[in-house]
Amino acid sequence: METLTDPQGVKRYLVTVTVNGDRHTAVVKANLTLTNLLRDHLDLTGTKKGCELGDCGSCTVLLDGKPVDSCLVLAVEADGREVTTIEGVAQGGRLDALQESFVNHAAVQCGYCTPGMILSAKALLTRNPHPTEAEIRGAIGGNLCRCTGYVHIVEAVRAVAEGRVAPEDEGPGPWIRR
Amino acid sequence: MVLPDFDYYAPATLAEACALLAELGPGARVLAGGTDLLHQMKTGKRAPTALVSLKRLAPLREIRCEAGRGVVIGALATQNDLVDSPVLGARYPSICGAAHQMASLQIRHLGTVGGNLANGVPSADLPPILIALGARVRLVGATGERSLPLEAVFTGAAETVLAPGEILAEVAIPDGGWTGSRYLKFGLRRSGALAVAGAAVAVRCEGGLIREARVVLSSCAPTVIRSPAAEAYLRDKPPNDEVLAEAGLRAEADSRPRDSLRGSAEYRRHLARVLTRRALSRAIEEGHG
Repeated sequence: METLTDPQGVKRYLVTVTVNGDRHTAVVKANLTLTNLLRDHLDLTGTKKGCELGDCGSCTVLLDGKPVDSCLVLAVEADGREVTTIEGVAQGGRLDALQESFVNHAAVQCGYCTPGMILSAKALLTRNPHPTEAEIRGAIGGNLCRCTGYVHIVEAVRAVAEGRVAPEDEGPGPWIRR
Repeated sequence: MVLPDFDYYAPATLAEACALLAELGPGARVLAGGTDLLHQMKTGKRAPTALVSLKRLAPLREIRCEAGRGVVIGALATQNDLVDSPVLGARYPSICGAAHQMASLQIRHLGTVGGNLANGVPSADLPPILIALGARVRLVGATGERSLPLEAVFTGAAETVLAPGEILAEVAIPDGGWTGSRYLKFGLRRSGALAVAGAAVAVRCEGGLIREARVVLSSCAPTVIRSPAAEAYLRDKPPNDEVLAEAGLRAEADSRPRDSLRGSAEYRRHLARVLTRRALSRAIEEGHG
């Protein structure tokens, strides 16, 4: 990785990260977190900042396909790696089945945990398309929903795993008009 | 929440990393998974002037069987690498189970074995089961390397024998002839909770008797500790309910826990007794899990 030192002696590092399929190169200080690289340098503000200490999961992104807390990853450590953020989940202007299901099941309340929840669930279903409820709960164990809307979130993920995502199939009720 | 300034290095070999740490001096820290170190830096507990990242040392992420050394776990294996390892799944599922109980999936994809050991905190989940199984660690520095039993690494709360600039490179579990092992942890939640207390055991049962047992407690003293009283008591005893209950009492007597936000000393002593008894029972009945 190339290092640049400015006249004040401050070191900066050239990092190249593939985010949602696009290669981005940025010159960053060593203390920049991946969360801030995404939000402040790449304007991908779907990744949320909560506790910033790895407890809440609102900054969850997929790093080489695996969910991680991006607040505990240095941007320089992500050099050469692939990142998927919530902005990269919908394909060709169409929501992913998980996103549809979250809407249909009213699994979004204030919405702050939703990007992290979707990415954790996405990683689970990619690895294990038919998880049990316990496995779903385990997979989102590192994502806190302070609205405590866990029941609908688990149900939304389960609906996708069972191949039913349309609103008329099941769900808590017609709370969301589309 | 802002990280303090520091310089960053990502050397390509272990030797280079050791040389760099020696050159940079005591202000430099090793960066592995970062889940503890960056947390400490964000909360102002540490302010290293330089971080030496081990991310390019791919060989140190392997988990393999090696003739004469047993199962060798590279220090950079993540906690989730342990959970998913076919080698460990076949030999010591108890280690996979201990790793699975840690933190959250997001943290387990980042946090490493080496970090969990080198931080030396008494509530860490991997030291108890690794000590119970007789693990040794390889420490590598600029002037040479040494190998020592894992239990000799911890000298106090967050204090270890690692010299400045020394890197914990590998953990090796020699074949100890154990017939069963288990780590049980009690946390306030199933995810994202540190152990209020934990107990790991390894047993060698033969001819209907417990020939040898190791009993290791976490969050029950300033370091992870063994219970000499429980271990001595269990030698050549039949594995019945009375014996296991008595072993639990002896482990409790060896525990020296403190009161903290997570649990009182009295509660932790109780947990040491109950978790020891249950871990023994599982290891005897179900082998390594």
